[in-house]
Amino acid sequence: MSLIRKTAAELGALVASREVTAVEVTQAHLDRIAEVDGRVHAFLHVDAEAALAQARAVDERIAAGEKLGPLAGVPIAHKDVFTTTDMPTTAGSKILEGWRPPYDATVTRRLREAGLVILGKTNLDEFAMGSSTENSAYGPTHNPWDLSRIPGGSSGGSSAAVSAYETPLSTGTDTGGSIRQPAAVTGIVGMKPTYGGSSRYGLIAFASSLDTPGPFARNVLDAALLHEAFSGHDPLDSTSIDAPVPPVVEAARQADVAGMRVGVVKELGGEGYQPGVLARFNEAVELLESLGAKVVEVSCPTFSYALPAYYLIAPSECSSNLARFDAMRYGLRVGDDGTRSAEEVMALTRAAGFGPEVKRRIMLGTYALSSGYYDAYYGQAQKVRTLIMRDFEAAFQQVDVLVSPTTPTTAFPIGERADDPMAMYLADLCTIPANLAGNAAISVPCGLADEDGLPVGLQVMAPVLADDRCYRVGAAVEKALESRWGGPLLSRAPAL
Amino acid sequence: MADIATLMPYDEALERFEPVLGLETHVELGTASKMFCGCPTTFGAPPNTQVCPVCLALPGALPVANEKAIESTIRIGLALNCTIAKWCRFARKNYFYPDMPKNYQISQYDEPLCTDGYLDVEVDGKVVRVEIERVHLEEDTGKSTHVGGATGRIHGADYSIVDYNRAGIPLVEIVTKPIVGADRLAPEVARAYVTELREVMRSLGVSDVRMEQGSLRCDVNVSLMPRGSAEWGTRTETKNVNSLRSVERAVRGEIERQAAILVAGGRVVQETRHFHEDTGQTTSGRSKEEAQDYRYFPEPDLLPIAPDPAWVEELRAALPELPSARRKRLQQEWGVSDLDMAAMHNADAIDLVEATVAAGAPAADARKWWMGELARRANESGVALADLPITPAQVARVTELVASGALNDKLARQVLEGVLAGEGDPDEVVAKRGLQVVSDEGELSAIIDQVLADNADVVEKVRGGKIAAVGALVGGVMKASRGKADAGRARELILRKIGVQG
Repeated sequence: MSLIRKTAAELGALVASREVTAVEVTQAHLDRIAEVDGRVHAFLHVDAEAALAQARAVDERIAAGEKLGPLAGVPIAHKDVFTTTDMPTTAGSKILEGWRPPYDATVTRRLREAGLVILGKTNLDEFAMGSSTENSAYGPTHNPWDLSRIPGGSSGGSSAAVSAYETPLSTGTDTGGSIRQPAAVTGIVGMKPTYGGSSRYGLIAFASSLDTPGPFARNVLDAALLHEAFSGHDPLDSTSIDAPVPPVVEAARQADVAGMRVGVVKELGGEGYQPGVLARFNEAVELLESLGAKVVEVSCPTFSYALPAYYLIAPSECSSNLARFDAMRYGLRVGDDGTRSAEEVMALTRAAGFGPEVKRRIMLGTYALSSGYYDAYYGQAQKVRTLIMRDFEAAFQQVDVLVSPTTPTTAFPIGERADDPMAMYLADLCTIPANLAGNAAISVPCGLADEDGLPVGLQVMAPVLADDRCYRVGAAVEKALESRWGGPLLSRAPAL
Repeated sequence: MADIATLMPYDEALERFEPVLGLETHVELGTASKMFCGCPTTFGAPPNTQVCPVCLALPGALPVANEKAIESTIRIGLALNCTIAKWCRFARKNYFYPDMPKNYQISQYDEPLCTDGYLDVEVDGKVVRVEIERVHLEEDTGKSTHVGGATGRIHGADYSIVDYNRAGIPLVEIVTKPIVGADRLAPEVARAYVTELREVMRSLGVSDVRMEQGSLRCDVNVSLMPRGSAEWGTRTETKNVNSLRSVERAVRGEIERQAAILVAGGRVVQETRHFHEDTGQTTSGRSKEEAQDYRYFPEPDLLPIAPDPAWVEELRAALPELPSARRKRLQQEWGVSDLDMAAMHNADAIDLVEATVAAGAPAADARKWWMGELARRANESGVALADLPITPAQVARVTELVASGALNDKLARQVLEGVLAGEGDPDEVVAKRGLQVVSDEGELSAIIDQVLADNADVVEKVRGGKIAAVGALVGGVMKASRGKADAGRARELILRKIGVQG
């Protein structure tokens, strides 16, 4: 089997045992990128030389007898919203075109230290705002299952890169579903850790109280290995939780749901959902029951208000977070001809540098925070957020995990929802509650929809700091389905 | 200046109107590192050398709150008799300005760390209680310099440069409740409040509170209401008030300006005004008629502050002696009158006198020199007493030299002059200028003989019983010795030589 088809765990073991060099692994993936990325456009930046240099360094350390982590020598791609000292970081925006950060994000730094080889930076919706990666200032990414369709978003470059075998692992960020939704629609695994479980330092902020770095992989164990490698307390992020990383790798290996209590969220499903998505979801629930889980229906009535609450909180925070892009210290500068005031240059730069969705959200948030409207919008949304947390707490009194479809539909065609923000926002209907409450949640493949033959994701939600439960349930489903299918779902994807 | 205001004489203004004051004071904390990052806070470093991704607001950088700054703010709150919040949050204050890297300031909004306190100040022998509304913690902005143009302000400037060294230095804002009833003493109350506040900060050791370096900055709010009215007038906020004297002048000037407007049937505009040290006048700044909307919301990058009540009590118990208590103690130790103590306080001389006493000088002598000769010199050269180039130890040495008889007062003044002129320590000045009292009895005796011979008529008068006339002879000796003689000893010798009992 070619190196690019192997799992990250396998590649790590091969490199560690010196059966294969990290350089060979890296070169295989660079070749794959060269072969398919012209069509997929998962990457904004690939640095073959730098990647091979990192790989050589790993090989040398291993040759010198150094004991490295399980992912040393394994390639990775970072969503272009994590700062990297050796590559540009754009957040998918013109306003940061060509910006080279002087510092590494905690996530990128930790993975460097763990010996992972950075292939490049992946495409995303500008400032992670979107569900299709169509909002990138650098053009859309295409779904490897059907190049005319979206790969999800905002971490669509990262999901497509993994799905297209350009990299075994990638990082993403999940603010309202930006890891789970792309994972679901590209047939791979994507995990949103507990908020505060992974550091936001060096992650270009969209909505600070929601943004969560997380892993993409083609299987649950690989995702867990990556999760473990970059997570844990970071003194540079005040909202980082000072607690041990939950035993995610152990849980992924355990892959057993016997005796677990699983709640099906009544409010996430039914009308408006694609029948093929619901069919695969229902089968997954039956599968869990057959594996020994105790399945009950759970009602979380306030989840219906999650989407509107999210679209007040996230834009409010982003309107403030994006204020720093003002042409004064870095990034694009427009109109600085010696006659204009700083204020005019700021306005011209922001007008030219931000795309329409970013502007829409900045305006929404500015309005929601305005004096006289704050209580009715931002204040009210925060109350809803509290109620959603309470619904989760009540639900987790009864069950160990909650399940739902990850998305209401499979991947939609590029351009279909581009002019209809509300339709676009609905893609995150099922994923947003976990962001508002800070819970852990994972998406694992659960089959192909009958209508379009496209991947469907199962979402598993767990309480704060019980991330391991997501991996345990996800791995059990993966194991059972793969034995039913005779291999991973992705092996059924059309050849690129 | 665009708008030269018409003023009404102060006394007339006060006959017609009653002033209401409010003071907002910003104090830069003297923590080793900035509020939300590890950058140093040293004043005067080359521009943009004390910066990092966090205080430059690079994409992805996150703040981490400085615990020492939170502790200092709580100590300030305790010293000002405030209630300390059990739980509160930072908030973002959103507005665009090039010297604010994030284009929002991390501050506190409706959940300040400290609330409802007071500070007693003494004016004209009367204690005035200034109520404190809130004390909160925030970060400073960078410093803009506007180059070109006439005003030094952004309007009309050719270009502006920004130094971000100051961006992110912890800043404590202390806001008074409206001060009503100060009446004609309003300017003095404002000054006394800032003076006392500054001393509280010093005694806590939380800031160097140097107004001229901007580590203590004061905004003065003034409004007037007609006598007999209970309704407050429109207020103005005067910024740039960078010395204690200016606080007093700004209040006085604003009262005079507003009174003139109101009496002429005009309307006071709610606005920010800028104080000008040179003229003592204020000029119009930004209008606040349309209040800026800062879109405050809780800072999501930081955790709430929830100080452990036990820790707060420890901080309270460990507070140092506060300035008013210290003044009472020192007054007793030094045995000085209320009036003398108040004079020292107003002249900002208490610390200097205390340090001089600590260096070995008797309190009376220390006070005499600081409040006499040195105060006069400071006044002449227009600098603060503490900024004179002389140390309490040097003053103490001068008093010692006088006490030992090596110097008389006249010579001592010359020594002080020499020290102030940079000629070195008192002993060096004495040596260089040859300022020792003539202690050689032979030399003194010879001078006296000469003076007596030249003034035979006066000698006769003294012999004839007019003892007071001996003063003229002593004066002659002092003149002949160019001030170096010990006047007391000279008098003794003269009387002995003339053969009269003194």
